[in-house]
Amino acid sequence: MIHALDEAAERLGLHIGQPLANARAMCPDLKVFDADVVADAKTLSDIADWCDRFTPLVALDPPHGLFLDITGCAHLFGGEATLLQTLVRALGRQGFAVSAAIAGTSVCARTLTRQTSGTIVADGGEAAAIDRFPVSALGAGEAITTGLRRAGLKTIGDVAARAPSEITARFGARFSTLLAHALGQGDAPINPRKPLPDYIVEKRFAEPIATDTMIAMTLSRLADTLIASMEKQGKGARRLEAAFFRTDGVVRAIMVETGRPVTKGAVIDRLFRERLDALADPLDPGFGFDMVRLSASRTEIVVQEQRDLDAHVHDNDELAALIDRIAARIGGKRVVVHLPQDTHIPECAVLASPAQHHLAVAMQAEWPARTENEPPLRPLRLFDRPEPINVPFATVPDGPPHQFTWRRALHAVVRVEGPERIAMEWWRQDGRQLTRDYFRIEDAEGLRFWIFRDGLYEGEVFDGDGKPGSPGWYVHGLFA
Amino acid sequence: MSGARISALAALRGQIERIEAAEVVHQRDRVALGHREIDSALKGGLARAVIHEVFCEGRQGAAATGFVMGLAGRVSARRPLLWVRQDFSELETGALSMSGLAELGLDPRRVVMVRAADVESALRSSADALACDALGAVVLELWGETRQFDLVASRKLTLAAQSSGVTGLMLRMAAQPLPSTAETRWMLRAAHSPPGAMWSAWGAPRFDAELLRNRHGPCGRWIMEWKCDECQFSEPSAHPQPVAAAPAHRPDPAVLRQRRTA
Repeated sequence: MIHALDEAAERLGLHIGQPLANARAMCPDLKVFDADVVADAKTLSDIADWCDRFTPLVALDPPHGLFLDITGCAHLFGGEATLLQTLVRALGRQGFAVSAAIAGTSVCARTLTRQTSGTIVADGGEAAAIDRFPVSALGAGEAITTGLRRAGLKTIGDVAARAPSEITARFGARFSTLLAHALGQGDAPINPRKPLPDYIVEKRFAEPIATDTMIAMTLSRLADTLIASMEKQGKGARRLEAAFFRTDGVVRAIMVETGRPVTKGAVIDRLFRERLDALADPLDPGFGFDMVRLSASRTEIVVQEQRDLDAHVHDNDELAALIDRIAARIGGKRVVVHLPQDTHIPECAVLASPAQHHLAVAMQAEWPARTENEPPLRPLRLFDRPEPINVPFATVPDGPPHQFTWRRALHAVVRVEGPERIAMEWWRQDGRQLTRDYFRIEDAEGLRFWIFRDGLYEGEVFDGDGKPGSPGWYVHGLFA
Repeated sequence: MSGARISALAALRGQIERIEAAEVVHQRDRVALGHREIDSALKGGLARAVIHEVFCEGRQGAAATGFVMGLAGRVSARRPLLWVRQDFSELETGALSMSGLAELGLDPRRVVMVRAADVESALRSSADALACDALGAVVLELWGETRQFDLVASRKLTLAAQSSGVTGLMLRMAAQPLPSTAETRWMLRAAHSPPGAMWSAWGAPRFDAELLRNRHGPCGRWIMEWKCDECQFSEPSAHPQPVAAAPAHRPDPAVLRQRRTA
């Protein structure tokens, strides 16, 4: 089956969907390559990235189309005709065969590209522009196209001439909506790949920039401009994205998140510097960047606080800024605060969550109070997954061990306290987990362990024959 | 002597004065730990705005963590604490447990944890943090010997701590001491609970702390106990059962004796 073909093959009369054997019969020395759908999709998405330079609203139209919403953007590139020419030429230079059109509705533009390239249709002229095109240009699917042809409706004009109710009755409401959109009656919104950022600033270069100092300077200038435009509306940025457009079409986007809205250009500058420094695969300028764009994709209203008299507010700001800087470098998930959870299971009792988002909550969290005059009942260091220990024998079935081997070292038990029985949450799990008996233990060296027996002797642990088996022992934590 | 040389000499003198002044400024900023002998060896307590190192063997990691946590609790004085740790140490000695921290009488709300993947990013994060004066203390937890934590890195951290007034605590598990700019250096082991009946309350954190290096006083080796309720260190209690604390308004017996002899 032919998946895609070039112009020369098309002139021979081959078409997409034709079996390969038929095509070979028509042209024996056909050059055939295996179709790679994934690579095609990737290329389309790369082209879409590149198209971001014309408008932030770019939508994919698989398998090989792109919609660009250029409302209000065309004048930046010298008018619609120049924009279209620039785009087609630039893509042509990269070796792509492009067919492009500008029209009032996305469906109309797509219909146009299927027949001719470079058409610009003014508002209201949609119906006239696509009148003579065959119905296949609408892209309504094989079944409908064949149906229309069998009904004797060869061109779009023929179809448009029929009453809409007839078309709907025969081909369904979806097709009649498509037709209406193609004729410029109503428009379907496109589905952009990225949400529209709240604020965008960008800088283009006639001569591409490649040095780190130039990039840093550009970013800091862009940050100042961005802050100036946000300040007018009392906003601060929570998420920022810098996009670097390389001359050869590759686009690299770098994102930075902050815990509180940023209102200073210097802070943005510093965050990006940290981020760029710590990139695992550094920014590769290649032959240089011809455009740098800085956008604030999430913003918040900034409440102005009086700073000078309240040292506490200042401290919290400093801490949040520090967390942002570290997070920009090593990742937001690696800087955490802890929230208490309402459960008895030791490994679930504390939830670590990103400090950027939960700092304020964590500072106010209610932790269970400790019992006075008691030694610590929970270990200071807790293993993520309890480590199995080897207990040679226990004198009493439910009692603590006299000695155990952990990490190949034998520990003789000197003091014991326990058991503290912790039953699993049967209302959450399906009863698979066993009851644990925890013991606080001190060994001959003075090391203090928190060990547990996984399962009760009678009733929970069985060996192969259904007789009571011996439960496993684990070290779960270490006391100071 | 030419004018240029004289002015260069003056500039150098000025620099030295400033360096010395920076040390003098924080000289008096010390926090008593609660253990009388150690406080006197440290000339009044643990110095703030400098770096302290705590070493331990691999299996004594939990004891050293408890000691460092105690120091941090004393030094940070209700300000936030940034704990920077390397991924590997979590595998070896377990993660720092916030419930365990609360049981020690410290406040888990003030702890911000940085989970650094490797030594470089851990060092960089802690240098950043030490320069931030909103923090009370910064703990850097490293496992094993590292080439990266050399004299230069340690000097960097010390300078950052001096300028901001934040105390840096280096927890070095399974590592050998190397030359550094630390104010004090400790070697930690866990100490036995005091002997007592099986049913008595035991298990308060007790440390066998050896002061290996002290820039402004003698070294020594002591047994310390952490009082979870009072949030301070103390001499090891002979009685496993807690006894009533001495009333605060009663004068110190040593002072009384001096007055009597006078």
